[in-house]
Amino acid sequence: MKLAIASGKGGTGKTMVAVNLAFTLSKTEEVTLVDCDVEEPNLHLFFPAPAITTEVTVPVPVVTETTCDHCGRCEEVCQYGAMTVLRNRVLLFPELCHSCGGCTLVCPNGAIHEEPKRIGTTTISTPLPNLKLVSGMLDTGNPHAVPIIRAAKTLAASDPLIICDTAPGTSCPVVETLEGCDACILVTESTPFGLHDLRLAVDVAARLDVPIGIVINRSDGKDQATLEFCTDHDLDVMMIIPFDREIAAIQSRGDLLCRVRPEWQAAFTALFYKCQALAGVQR
Amino acid sequence: MIRLAVISGKGGTGKTMITAALAHLLPGSIVLADCDVDAANLELLLNPDQIRTEPFMGMKSAVIDPTICTGCGECEVHCRFDAVHPEGGAYRVNPIRCEGCAVCVLVCPAAAVTMHPRQTGEVRYSQTERGHLVHARLVPGAGNSGLLVHAVKKTAMEQDRDCNLFLIDGPPGTGCPLISTISGMDIVLIVTEPSVSGLHDLKRVVAVCRQFRPRILVVINRFDLEPSLTETIEMWCCEEKIPIIGKIPFDPAVIESVRKGVPVTSAGASPATQAIQILKTNLEQELMHYNNKR
Repeated sequence: MKLAIASGKGGTGKTMVAVNLAFTLSKTEEVTLVDCDVEEPNLHLFFPAPAITTEVTVPVPVVTETTCDHCGRCEEVCQYGAMTVLRNRVLLFPELCHSCGGCTLVCPNGAIHEEPKRIGTTTISTPLPNLKLVSGMLDTGNPHAVPIIRAAKTLAASDPLIICDTAPGTSCPVVETLEGCDACILVTESTPFGLHDLRLAVDVAARLDVPIGIVINRSDGKDQATLEFCTDHDLDVMMIIPFDREIAAIQSRGDLLCRVRPEWQAAFTALFYKCQALAGVQR
Repeated sequence: MIRLAVISGKGGTGKTMITAALAHLLPGSIVLADCDVDAANLELLLNPDQIRTEPFMGMKSAVIDPTICTGCGECEVHCRFDAVHPEGGAYRVNPIRCEGCAVCVLVCPAAAVTMHPRQTGEVRYSQTERGHLVHARLVPGAGNSGLLVHAVKKTAMEQDRDCNLFLIDGPPGTGCPLISTISGMDIVLIVTEPSVSGLHDLKRVVAVCRQFRPRILVVINRFDLEPSLTETIEMWCCEEKIPIIGKIPFDPAVIESVRKGVPVTSAGASPATQAIQILKTNLEQELMHYNNKR
């Protein structure tokens, strides 16, 4: 089963749910935890362990000026403005390039070839006997998160139980992570911000046809608006985590709630059973 | 006009709350923009009256005419985004995956593929008590959020170029929308929190900002929740010569003001408001210094 943890709004507790779910489940089965929040990956902070790093590259065009006759065909087909052809020189803007390969394809002189350009890394580690952690990390200054997410997900591909921590927001990184997942937990907080962004996240998951369940985090008891929204949209509120300064402190220092307070493990196991039901998995 | 973006790296550290409070407190003419286009929340605190909206056209998307498609599959072979798949003898483009590169148009021997413009969001221009607000709505799941950020900034700078301050509520992360937000900024104010994740993400977003050379300032939100980590952040910022211009305590008044839909500073006296007053004073000094330098 492939499970995504997402939220819309940032800072609602995706990572907290992901690390505690993975920690608890790893006591009884093999778990692969994938950090798909490649712009700001944090899972490795909760599971320090020696890791194997691999570079992630994308192909970018390189022009051989001696074969190029500056016809301008490449600039014409590039939809991203990544190439400008001057009278005697081609200017490349690799940060704008989406690696579509169009320029290489149309060059009548075969003057363009592609070379790999590093945009980030993936790491694999085994912080606990049954836990494999895959983290994608975008190099700072690089805008393209999606190829890193794809690379990280590929490293987990055939594992029996995969939990993906998603970036906040509702755009391409979220879509890339959610695609192919069997179920998605949306973590929210009971504020107008949380609810506003929950609506958007529900919309994205619905477009991708991924079944969703809700976790309300840092609840101060004023959850009516969120609960009403969930009832109206036929969404199961699978877990409510109360606001508690101690829980916040455990998470802040990079520790695990389910390790410090093992009585929480039962709640995360129950959450997982609900996710299985969402995904239609038989127990 | 001084251009100031409030950003964070890690999500949920309090960017929007601080942006709204600064808009409320800072004197002079201000134009505001919400560049967190996939989850825009500033409007929830500033109660804007919409003046107009404009459609935002993202990248074009490829469409295959199934009556012309011969099913040769060249498009699928050449698509680098896994956006083309066979469907009932012909091929079909998945618009969510299509990045608009038009390579399929180039390789189709039957000329069955055409590019179509698509609306992936809208840019909204509104009036608030503190000046105009440019905000946006991205169609959930759509791409091109960096382009939409660019459109939002452009609208604000063109429409209100005579304002003293351009104040942006930025997106989390370090990728395309963040880079689009901070390019051309004079000052970035990074909101962090005392957690291992907050510090880790602060370091990464500082590394991105340094490639653009704005003045970098830090504010620590909920600083009293984990004093030892606050100290670690202070030491790191000191080593990196990044001024910390404010420390805001954890305060239930913040969540109450969000539920009321107002900036915390307009919801009466509270520890958070008091701390934000100091933040505002320090920021004013920075703005004055910046103006004098120019």
